[in-house]
Amino acid sequence: MLRFLARRVALTIPVLLGVATLVFSLIHLIPGDPAQAMLGESASPEDVAELRARLGLDRPLVEQYGRFLRGAVRGDLGRSLRTNEPVTAAIVERMPATIELAAAAMLVAVAFAIPLGIAAAVWRGTAVDHGATTLSLLGISIPNFWLGPLLAIIFSIELGWLPVSGRGTWAHLVLPAVSLGAALAAILARMTRATLLEELREQYVTAARARGASRVRAVVRHAFRNSLIPVITLIGLQFGAVLTGAVITETIFAWPGIGRLLIQSIGFRDYPLVQGCILLIAVTYVGMNLVTDLLYGLVDPRIRYE
Amino acid sequence: MSRVGAAIVLIAVVAALFGPAVSRFDPSAQELARRLDGPSATHWFGLDELGRDIFSRVLAGARISLMVGIVVVSISSFVGTVLGSIAGYFGGAIDETISRVIDILLAFPGLLLAIALVAVLGPSLTNVVLALSLIGWVGYARLVRGQVLRAREFEFVQAARALGADTTRILVQHVIPTALPAVTVQATLGMGGAILAEAALSFLGLGVQPPTPSWGTMLNGGRTHLLDAPHLTIFPGLAIAFLVLGFNFLGDGLRDALDPVTRRAASSGPRQ
Repeated sequence: MLRFLARRVALTIPVLLGVATLVFSLIHLIPGDPAQAMLGESASPEDVAELRARLGLDRPLVEQYGRFLRGAVRGDLGRSLRTNEPVTAAIVERMPATIELAAAAMLVAVAFAIPLGIAAAVWRGTAVDHGATTLSLLGISIPNFWLGPLLAIIFSIELGWLPVSGRGTWAHLVLPAVSLGAALAAILARMTRATLLEELREQYVTAARARGASRVRAVVRHAFRNSLIPVITLIGLQFGAVLTGAVITETIFAWPGIGRLLIQSIGFRDYPLVQGCILLIAVTYVGMNLVTDLLYGLVDPRIRYE
Repeated sequence: MSRVGAAIVLIAVVAALFGPAVSRFDPSAQELARRLDGPSATHWFGLDELGRDIFSRVLAGARISLMVGIVVVSISSFVGTVLGSIAGYFGGAIDETISRVIDILLAFPGLLLAIALVAVLGPSLTNVVLALSLIGWVGYARLVRGQVLRAREFEFVQAARALGADTTRILVQHVIPTALPAVTVQATLGMGGAILAEAALSFLGLGVQPPTPSWGTMLNGGRTHLLDAPHLTIFPGLAIAFLVLGFNFLGDGLRDALDPVTRRAASSGPRQ
């Protein structure tokens, strides 16, 4: 297990280096002079030169790259152009809101998807199955940037049950969590159904049925437990989609998290903050994938020896 | 289901091709005095914040969505197939290099890299297509690489090699065709994905810029009028969901038809 762990962690290092390199090069993809672009057309040449010096853009590329990497490792990602606040501090301040939203969305997804997937598999080919399948295809097709406003129209404006935007009480969390979790719920329900059907073909299920276990018991007690591994993996892998979805959901519901910070920073051309947000989201995603892989190896010994 | 999907896609294509020509209103003509008016017999989907006919704009938006989908999927599937088959067929250092690039691009979740690219390149339709293609090829490359690794060992491929066929011929005539069914399924689902991604970027203000009628831009315009004019949000969103659902239905149907594994699973499930 230790060797598996070490190998898997070692494989992550070049990926992280690649991610950092890509994020570093973003600023150099800006057409024309990045400093001029950040300050706008009307900025004086002195101001542009000063900003260029402040960001180190006047140094050789290799030196800039080295400085960026050293900074990233130490957690120093420069300062916001607009507020002069350290980028890391701005991100850390917004992190709890995003974590709260992502966790709630995943909870909503699991709570809806697992029973739906099980029901579809148990009553395969019936109206229940068709209903569940259509519902999950709808969930995948309806964009969260439409579902969010739609839910707000119904539950906030028409019924007045929940607040339209902001963060504070649990009531603020409901609409963002549901609109962010819907797509994940749809994917999870499909996966639960598919893996369950796969398991149901196994002989141990037939044996359980032959011993007199009811259909529901055969599914829930026997097949479902074995189908959990791919389902859990999927939840881990879908964490990235939840993070990007959060960028949109936070913008819709004025949720003060990292996604909203990213979009606001893009609007202000605050590129150090943009780079910081992107780097953090990507690194979190890589980390989550690593954890998913390690857990997978932990529960299924076959993976470790591949 | 795939028939329903095909029908939806067909409706969208017809709407995109002929809609703007037959619709009674110019999608950019403004009738400011009647701005935000709800749906009526004259204006089926109502009027937007500048008094433009939403029905005509939804039709015109179908053009943008389908065009983005077609261009992004064409570029990504072509580049992905070429790079994936090269990586899978030749192996070694070439495979190593391409696979590492794929790993790094896959380390960015979904839309994030597209958001980052458009943020620095500037918001425009061209940059949206560029950004989505830059991240889109990765999925095809990974898929094709896997298929080619398998196909390389097929007897007819080894026979072609033994007969002295040159590498390009083996790849184009024998190896790549084995991956095409999977690529077709991925491309159909990818159309839906690209359309959603464009709408998301435009919704965030990072994609197609006003006054060009894109569904995402229209949704963005509707955000400030959720209270007084929800129809600004309802209709463009319905169009996106409808078309994406169509491509998902079609893709699912194609997968069942083209993939022997799911076909077998579909016809011989557990009998209970």
